Amino acid sequence: MSSGRGGSWTFAGAVVVALLLLDFVDFAQTKNFEDVRCKCICPPYRNISGHIYNRNVSQKDCNCLHVVEPMPVPGHDVEAYCLLCECKYEERSSNTIKVTIIIYLSVVGALLLYMLFLLLVDPLIRKHDPYTQPLHNEEDSEFLYVCVQEMRPPVDPQARGNTVLERVEGAQQRWKKQVQEQRKTVFDRHKMLS
Amino acid sequence: MNVTVSQPDCLSGESVISDLSAALLHPVSIHVGSTPTEEMNGAGNLMDFLDEPFPDVGTYEDFHTIDWLREKSRDTDRHRKITSKSKESIWELIKSLLDAWSGWVVMLLIGLLSGTLAGVIDLAVDWMTDLKEGVCLSAFWYSHEQCCWTSNETTFDDRDKCPQWQKWAELMTGHAEGGGAYVLNYFLYVLWALLFSFLAVSLVRVFAPYACGSGIPEIKTILSGFIIRGYLGKWTLLIKTVTLVLAVSSGLSLGKEGPLVHVACCCGNLFCSLFSKYSKNEGKRREVLSAAAAAGVSVAFGAPIGGVLFSLEEVSYYFPLKTLWRSFFAALVAAFTLRSINPFGNSRLVLFYVEYHTPWYMAELVPFILLGVFGGLWGTLFIRANIAWCRRRKTTQLGKYPVLEVIAVTGITAVLAYPNPYTRRSTSELISELFNDCGALESSQLCDYINNPNMSRPVDDIPDRPAGPGVYNALWQLALALVFKIVITIFTFGMKIPSGLFIPSMMAYHHHDWIIFKNWCRPGADCVTPGLYAMVGAAACLGGVTRMTVSLVVIMFELTGGLEYIVPLMAAAVTSKWVADAFGKEGIYESHIQLNGYPYLDVRDEFTHRTLATDVMRPRRNDPTLAVLTQDSTTVEDVETLIKDTDYNGFPVVVSRESERLIGFVQRRDLTLAIKNARQKQDGVVSSSVVYFTEDAPQLPASNPQPLKLRRILNLSPFTVTDHTPMETVVDIFRKLGLRQCLVTRSGRLLGIITKKDVLRHMAQMMNQDPESIMFN
Repeated sequence: MSSGRGGSWTFAGAVVVALLLLDFVDFAQTKNFEDVRCKCICPPYRNISGHIYNRNVSQKDCNCLHVVEPMPVPGHDVEAYCLLCECKYEERSSNTIKVTIIIYLSVVGALLLYMLFLLLVDPLIRKHDPYTQPLHNEEDSEFLYVCVQEMRPPVDPQARGNTVLERVEGAQQRWKKQVQEQRKTVFDRHKMLS
Repeated sequence: MNVTVSQPDCLSGESVISDLSAALLHPVSIHVGSTPTEEMNGAGNLMDFLDEPFPDVGTYEDFHTIDWLREKSRDTDRHRKITSKSKESIWELIKSLLDAWSGWVVMLLIGLLSGTLAGVIDLAVDWMTDLKEGVCLSAFWYSHEQCCWTSNETTFDDRDKCPQWQKWAELMTGHAEGGGAYVLNYFLYVLWALLFSFLAVSLVRVFAPYACGSGIPEIKTILSGFIIRGYLGKWTLLIKTVTLVLAVSSGLSLGKEGPLVHVACCCGNLFCSLFSKYSKNEGKRREVLSAAAAAGVSVAFGAPIGGVLFSLEEVSYYFPLKTLWRSFFAALVAAFTLRSINPFGNSRLVLFYVEYHTPWYMAELVPFILLGVFGGLWGTLFIRANIAWCRRRKTTQLGKYPVLEVIAVTGITAVLAYPNPYTRRSTSELISELFNDCGALESSQLCDYINNPNMSRPVDDIPDRPAGPGVYNALWQLALALVFKIVITIFTFGMKIPSGLFIPSMMAYHHHDWIIFKNWCRPGADCVTPGLYAMVGAAACLGGVTRMTVSLVVIMFELTGGLEYIVPLMAAAVTSKWVADAFGKEGIYESHIQLNGYPYLDVRDEFTHRTLATDVMRPRRNDPTLAVLTQDSTTVEDVETLIKDTDYNGFPVVVSRESERLIGFVQRRDLTLAIKNARQKQDGVVSSSVVYFTEDAPQLPASNPQPLKLRRILNLSPFTVTDHTPMETVVDIFRKLGLRQCLVTRSGRLLGIITKKDVLRHMAQMMNQDPESIMFN
């Protein structure tokens, strides 16, 4: 219904904001000085062993002459030596890496805490609620015709009042039932996903 | 989601069903349009088109197949309505334009989110894989390479060392070398791997059980018209992303490409729910999902065009031109977003982007074809072994301990992987190393050729140089790595954590072939490029397992940038497909679909038997007669009894039981909801009310209760075939039109019904497979 659509809009909005945040971090920050480098790999030459040179220079200065300091060969050999060297320009965004890893770790931490809460704390604080029966067999849940006795106590959401807490709790209960059903399909009955 | 229709107590079960079968992402709300009969039901209905006559009519139950024709006609109705209204005012015109553009907006959002998630996954995997070995002290979020980015070490031997990065043994005990340090590193490596995989499987089990496995077989089934509620939900998206990182970082032999397709399709589903054009029409939604799958492969491999072709060849069922354009756009946006996040620091999209420029020779086609043959054989072996193991997991006690299984496999993998340096690092890095030509100063052992220091030319002519001891050392280590990887992948694919198999299949172990072929080259001629053979071997293996052809070649050359090598890749891919098809027609995904019994009617299978429709239709000789409704003589009570006693998905409606001439077909779910609604809303409808499907109410005496008109839910144009129609034609109709059921008539009289399940069972029977393995409706 509309609340479901509203929920989707909220979630999608949060996602888009997170997306833009990540891109913004990448674009808006001026390049950290240490985030660019020119890496020159020079193989062994005559009696000089192989070397790697790193320097923070811009892309147009990324060649052997600017980066290889101090030059190990005398002046007339520089050209020959530099022909052997391979120079590559690399850049990275350390802020993106930092933000991404920290966001990821916080998401994992939040999920871990919620999982511990669901497994350990939730059964203790919730007394057995007669309204939240476990889901019975799928086949006999399609009763439509007139039934003279009540199949189960009323769970009309409107009758319970629309406070935020109760709606959240109702949504959580429904979600738990869904996950339980999924778990039965995948793990117990092996009906899906082998 | 709250059900806003208030329900009497004893019918509250229905609200449970609606809640349960509609995941958070599928709000069951007022639908636009209904069956094609809507238009014929009187002029007054055009004004309140948006008010659905009965709530929830037109949705589908979980684990059922959609009716493609109905979805298509509903979309046409909706579009026609918007077009006709757009002439009324400027606002309506703007709304119609927005409706037309909504498709492209959805693609844009999908591309953005998929690209971002793929970038996050790549960065996190990079970091967590290195976390098993050590930690960066200056900034803990850096992986090994990032930590030593600004190192000033200039000597070649020390380039991987920098003071900020320390292995765990060094951190804890202060010793960097020695036996004790090695054992401690080993132990901590295994511990971290176990921790990651345990966390992954627990999260999957507690929050989203649908997040396990690769996802591609289920997505193929969903795209062919099957409904699996919750499979593409928000929680599945979140958990799959998070646990994919954990699973890959734990060192298990699995890839992230298949799960990334699932993640992209979840993004597609998420954004579909924002627009009613897609959220209420299952057919249109699947167009979006096809395009989302293309975006998923695009970010997984850095191959946008390969992604579109993959979606066309492997995943989608119907792929019209409009979907092609939309997939192209989504793949483009996703690749662009990933590029802007730049996870690998060198402006490439994938870790193993390599550039070759050495040409290949015509004589080398023979080894390429041989590589294809080996790839095909390996593919067959892998599929058979993996399916056997998965079947065992499904049917025996092994399946009852998923968490233990994951931990055991991770433990074995980590214990055996650490000693061999080729398996210790992640598979992506291994492939990157094997694909690369040995340039100057590559630190890998594979490039340990004896160099002549007096050489004046660039160090490129590998075949000329004798192999140093490092190369031989590397070879037997690689061979061991190969055997180990093959065996462990068979047990890993299909476990209860996200697992893909593209990367393990691409194990580039054909590097050792060059020794065999070395004698074919004259010294001084540049003939064998080991990296090229590795690449072609990888393509052959992947082709043998998945049976992809065009999309595989395109992905490989987009992956590696080697446009000169299209012909060898094609030769190897075609050969491997021929060899593998000789042993069995199904690739790994089709085999898993068959294993799970999904109702997937493959478009590639050819049905060549000479059976007729009468042989397949139900009821058979000993079955009870066909359950039908009559057009104006059934009561509400009879209908309810019929629904309660049987579990058929729909009922044909005939003129009367004597004449048995067909009027139409009505779905079970629509009937259930209509009667429930009528009992609540309409006065005077009781159990003995007559249900009629005609335009005008039947003539009844005044003492009878008010009759109930249900013409709105009747489909007046069901598909029929005669009893002598060959099954070949019937199968073709089911495939091409996406039918759920088809009625069989003779001289206008209704004889029986053929459902999709019957067709699948018949095909299985004809192919001597177990027809009882088709499980779903």
